[in-house]
Amino acid sequence: MSTAAAIILFAAVTMYAIFGGADFGAGFWDLTAGGAKRGRRPREVIDHSIGPVWEANHVWLIFTFVVLWTCFPEAYASITLTMFVPLTLAALGIVLRGASFAFRKAVFRTRLQRHFGAIFAVSSVLVPYCFGAIAGGIASGRVPAGGQAGDPVTSWINPTSIVAGLLAVSVTAYVAAVLLTWDAGRLSDDTMVAYFRIRAVAAGVVAGVVALVGLFVVRSDASYLFDGLTSRALPLVVVSVLAGLAALVLLRGQPRRGGRAAAVLAAAALVLGWGVAQWDYILPESLTVSQAAAPAGTITAVLFAAALAALLIVPAFVLLYMLDQKSLLPEEGVDEGPEQATEVTRSA
Amino acid sequence: MTHWLCDPCASVLMQVNPVPWARAQMAFTLAFHIILVPLGVSWSAMALIANYRGIKRGDGDALRLAQRWSKYMAVTFAVGAVTGTVLSFEFGLLWPQFMGKWGEAFGVPFAFEGLFFFTEAIFISIYIYGWRRLKPWAHFWSGIPIPIAGVFGSASVIAANAWMNSPQGVTLDSSGNVVEVDPIGVIFNDAMPLMAAHMIVAAYLVGGFLVASVYATGMLRGRRDRYHRLGFIIPFTVAAIATPVQIGVGDLLARWVYENQPVKFAALELVPQTGSDVPETLLGHLNSSGEVEGGIAIPGLASWLSDPSTGRATVVQGLDSVPADQRPTIREVNIVHLCWDIMVGLGTLLFLFTLWYWASWIFRRDMPRSRWFLRGAAVTGFLSVVTMEAGWIVSEVGRQPWIVYNKMRVADAATTNEGVWITFIAVALLYAGLGTTLILVLRGMSRRARSQPALEEASVPYGPRETADRR
Repeated sequence: MSTAAAIILFAAVTMYAIFGGADFGAGFWDLTAGGAKRGRRPREVIDHSIGPVWEANHVWLIFTFVVLWTCFPEAYASITLTMFVPLTLAALGIVLRGASFAFRKAVFRTRLQRHFGAIFAVSSVLVPYCFGAIAGGIASGRVPAGGQAGDPVTSWINPTSIVAGLLAVSVTAYVAAVLLTWDAGRLSDDTMVAYFRIRAVAAGVVAGVVALVGLFVVRSDASYLFDGLTSRALPLVVVSVLAGLAALVLLRGQPRRGGRAAAVLAAAALVLGWGVAQWDYILPESLTVSQAAAPAGTITAVLFAAALAALLIVPAFVLLYMLDQKSLLPEEGVDEGPEQATEVTRSA
Repeated sequence: MTHWLCDPCASVLMQVNPVPWARAQMAFTLAFHIILVPLGVSWSAMALIANYRGIKRGDGDALRLAQRWSKYMAVTFAVGAVTGTVLSFEFGLLWPQFMGKWGEAFGVPFAFEGLFFFTEAIFISIYIYGWRRLKPWAHFWSGIPIPIAGVFGSASVIAANAWMNSPQGVTLDSSGNVVEVDPIGVIFNDAMPLMAAHMIVAAYLVGGFLVASVYATGMLRGRRDRYHRLGFIIPFTVAAIATPVQIGVGDLLARWVYENQPVKFAALELVPQTGSDVPETLLGHLNSSGEVEGGIAIPGLASWLSDPSTGRATVVQGLDSVPADQRPTIREVNIVHLCWDIMVGLGTLLFLFTLWYWASWIFRRDMPRSRWFLRGAAVTGFLSVVTMEAGWIVSEVGRQPWIVYNKMRVADAATTNEGVWITFIAVALLYAGLGTTLILVLRGMSRRARSQPALEEASVPYGPRETADRR
């Protein structure tokens, strides 16, 4: 029972790391795209790519929290007490990011767009770093059991946290760059394909180096995690590395569909690898999953809600995706078509 | 948390009690979020009413309203989504002991809330995408899940809040730890049906008045075309239906509180001592020795309203029926009573105002023409928000000192992090900026819609991608 809840929890974390992560990574490329003029086209591709379902992605975070506080309340209390500062920073970053993204699309003046855009981009880097640092602190056993606070500073400013934070930023940037290359390919914009391809390679190399350095850091800083990564979780680590490389190979020439899947797989295997490596602890070396688990009634309810979600939400997503691909119908709507509107925006 | 910044500050910081700041931050962020809730829940329903009318009668104005509303709605929904996300952080950041001990019960409704919220977010996207991508009726039906998910979503959140008032569905061991949870019992606790109904009707009431007041202002400024008229009539009618319903639901809920949370009831009716023939005190307050001072007392009315069958002989339990540490402080009682008066007073005022509207429809088959009516209608949005906030304060402050009624105190639930006062200030500044920007952006969208209809179309969050892919 508690294992099922832990699987749901890690599934939610993985979903957030992929979908939320791709959003954050897109924000990273937005941040580094340069001035208003030079960065205009990359930003258009980015906007185009994360526009449709951006807010839905945060649901994975909320879902992670909900599963954590219902199924593992004691661990949740310990984590929130210990990680007060990075969690607060992440929360503020999410507010700034979400709001500025919404507002940027709703305002038209370049200066305003730039302000909102800057806030959006900076918080896109801050949030994954904080979450990475939190994960690092948990994985290295710095969060005590029993709903108690660990050290408020060293729990998230420590070797493993720093590595995990940097890894989170570089992996999200990598996944986003791969997805953006593919999207640019779909827009048949060769300049942008090349633009994001080189960034995907760069981010992939950086992520690889950080991960490699990270292994050494973890060996001295978090031995339980290291042992897990080199035994139980080893297959996942290997999958992550291979998939990460495969995605880069598949980006050569015209981007192919497999590249996207490979990049997503690389990120997913990394997150799952963390989970498997620290198994069967939820807070390594102080609280196991089964000790932390809520009563059966609660877990049943959460599993039921998760099943219902899959049943309701998957078809809705498919419908949205289909609409996104569909061309306009003439019948309904007022004659203020998006087509002509965009033309006006462009020329304005 | 900041002791590594500087030592002298550290000694000061260490003395800041986090409890009042945690309460202040939770109250502030909830007070902000609750304004966006009615728009999230009811605006989609109003847009669908306009959409239905637009298709059924080939009414272009109604269709244009539906289309514009769906876009404004997307912006307010986006902001509501992030402020809601903050709340899920705050449960843990501010109330870790509460979540650690009760999360397995309190948290259950949120599993379902997450589900409904997700559904709502996706269908808002689908509905906005659907303009000109789906056939008219298919598009209309694609919007129907939005208000349904909104109703179930807010019912789930209120179920959690109601559980704090009526903590059922849990089995405790001898030391008070939760050993078994009955999810159905948690979600459908005794307080849930009426509290959820009260909030959902409030969402339609406030959402209706808020949207209508914008169009009333427009009409006062001379924009008396059919588009504005319709933009007023649809939401105002929704609010005018919700208002009398809300008075009935509120009355039932007050009686539920009378029976199940007598101390809260004593606070809102300002009853220091248990007795019969208790007067209804309008305004007034408790002085430092706990006696009622000032205000207008209507003899016997509080007793009579509590249970009309026994009339003025109904016994109302007073604050003195429990030890002082198990009831709200005098200051809290005064806040609760004042907010109760504000809620009931403004609610009644809004009800009387809707009577004007109904009377005009019945006798003249048209909405009132008077400028005074429009002036009044222009402030109903603001007044209804005040009414809702007051009602929410009654519910929350009236429960003090408990976070889980008779089971856990607020002070025992809070975080031990002394830095909460800093996060409170940061959050207050951030939200002030957020609120201001939201209003400016919505105004900008509306102004653009009036001056350059084509421009406004292009971009909203969730909106169809710009045409980069179809160049």
